[in-house]
Amino acid sequence: MQLAAVDYLILAIYFGFVLGIGFAVRRRIRSSADFLTSSHSMPTWIASLAFLAANLGAQEVIGMCASGAKYGIMTAHFYWIGAVPAMIFVGVLMMPFYYGSRARSVPEYLKLRFDEKTRGLNAISFAAMTVFSSGISMYALGLLFQLILGWSFTASVLLSAAIVLIYTMTGGLTSAIYNEVLQFFLIVLGFAPLAILAVVRAGGWAGVSARVPDVMTHTWKYAGDASQNPMGVEWFSLVFGLGFVLSFGYWCTDFLVVQRAMAAQSMSAARRTPVLAAFPKMVMPFIVIVPGIAALAMTSMDLGYSLPVKGNSYDYDQAMTTLMAQFYPSGMLGIGLTALMASFMSGMAGNVTAFNTVFTYDIYQAYIRKGASDAHYLSVGRWTTVWGIGLSVATAYLAQQFNNIMDFLQLVFGFVNAPLFATFLLGMFWRRATGHGAFTGLLSGTGAAALTHGLTMAEGKGAWLANLNEFPSTMAQNFWIAIFAWSSCFVVTIAVSLATKPKPAAELENLVYGLTVLPDESGWRWYQKPAPLGLVVLAAAALLNVLFW
Amino acid sequence: MDLRRPAGLLFSILGVLVLSMGLLSPERARLTDANVNLWSGAVILGFGLILTFLGYRRHS
Repeated sequence: MQLAAVDYLILAIYFGFVLGIGFAVRRRIRSSADFLTSSHSMPTWIASLAFLAANLGAQEVIGMCASGAKYGIMTAHFYWIGAVPAMIFVGVLMMPFYYGSRARSVPEYLKLRFDEKTRGLNAISFAAMTVFSSGISMYALGLLFQLILGWSFTASVLLSAAIVLIYTMTGGLTSAIYNEVLQFFLIVLGFAPLAILAVVRAGGWAGVSARVPDVMTHTWKYAGDASQNPMGVEWFSLVFGLGFVLSFGYWCTDFLVVQRAMAAQSMSAARRTPVLAAFPKMVMPFIVIVPGIAALAMTSMDLGYSLPVKGNSYDYDQAMTTLMAQFYPSGMLGIGLTALMASFMSGMAGNVTAFNTVFTYDIYQAYIRKGASDAHYLSVGRWTTVWGIGLSVATAYLAQQFNNIMDFLQLVFGFVNAPLFATFLLGMFWRRATGHGAFTGLLSGTGAAALTHGLTMAEGKGAWLANLNEFPSTMAQNFWIAIFAWSSCFVVTIAVSLATKPKPAAELENLVYGLTVLPDESGWRWYQKPAPLGLVVLAAAALLNVLFW
Repeated sequence: MDLRRPAGLLFSILGVLVLSMGLLSPERARLTDANVNLWSGAVILGFGLILTFLGYRRHS
């Protein structure tokens, strides 16, 4: 891919704006809360778009396009039964407790609702995970730019890390959120034309459908039997494993996204944030997944285009960038690459700001130095940005050297994450749930996840204890690991809670359903109320499922 | 700070750049005959102008 001067100019202008926002916001930062939580100041639309963009990292964009080419429109399950219902759930049913508790972070909510050890477990594993995942995505970006542009790995890693460092260190969460909104717009404007051009070139959706196997253009038709579809999953693990456990676990408990909604300016804004974000989320598959399917269709046409080949299969991860090189002339190519860079930076800044808050409030203030002045915590927050990004860069280089350590860590983090949603569900809706119950539930869930992986095999992975079952794909294995982890956490939390002493009701006010005063919505219009708005979103998502059945 | 103002400015500048590439440069991408820069540039510029309009409207 050859870049012209105008493409570099576009990238430079974008970097200029990103840094400018960091410095413009700097004047408003007076306390650690301004820096780490935006002091509940964000308008709904800004919080909503940031909520989306923080999750829309470069790996997401590249990966979804790759999955589109590999699995077809079934990939949209990650959106249409995965993210969308979970986003409605967190907005309508969970946000009253997150926001109402006045906790500054998700681990802090666990401390208020349960106890110190549950918070500690969550804070430490979350902090480790965010540094790790931003390092991994930095590594992916370095590799990608080396491959398509011939830039040096070190140059792209350090340049992007330095820019994220400057704008998050100066403007904190506010600056990260503002930039995430710019990044979201850029991602849509940069990638949507590609989707349109690719589908038109392949003869419209009808042309695409005619040129790829039937299974690639249906979401549910082949989901009855795992052997019928390329994902190797059947409807039960799809609905329960992906739709319920994994998606709800991520969208409802991951502080990276929840933090954006908690930054909204009022309780009702915080509740509408994920609900409104679900509208654009629903159409993202048309921008990120459909081009991958079109790329597969064009491969079978006589256009001189083919998905790149690696070994004896396609190199799906290159679907997005090869399309860009073939459809965008200099100018738009600059926008496309800037969008890629932007998606990477939004994902990274999301991790960095969430890490900052959790480290400063839930680790440093809780265990290292209690009761210092707010100015002290503000400065800890700023410096945490620096060494947090430093650690991410180190992780990126580690990933370059030792790929299998990274795979192993990713697996372990998966085990830790899988049961989380059961803990929050019981914590928010069952006042009898206790701290001991939550803590042992989480440990047993992680144990169940590891055990499931140890006893089953998929694509040659797992079964390090015994091979009791062979899954058709790692995706099916992951879904089942999540199902067992969640169920085990759910059952153990209930059992241990019933055997231990409950928290008095007075300590649970604003933390649990039934002991929390919900805002009075009378006199609001329907579109201002989260629940009716959520129903509209769900109906639209259901319609998409039917249209692409 | 009303975010729509800087965002409007950014997308207006990018739109003008891409649009003028479409008007001035005969370069076409390999797989399409469409003037991608012209159309996309116009959309980006339009988006930038709308944001700018919304950002300044309320305050004047």
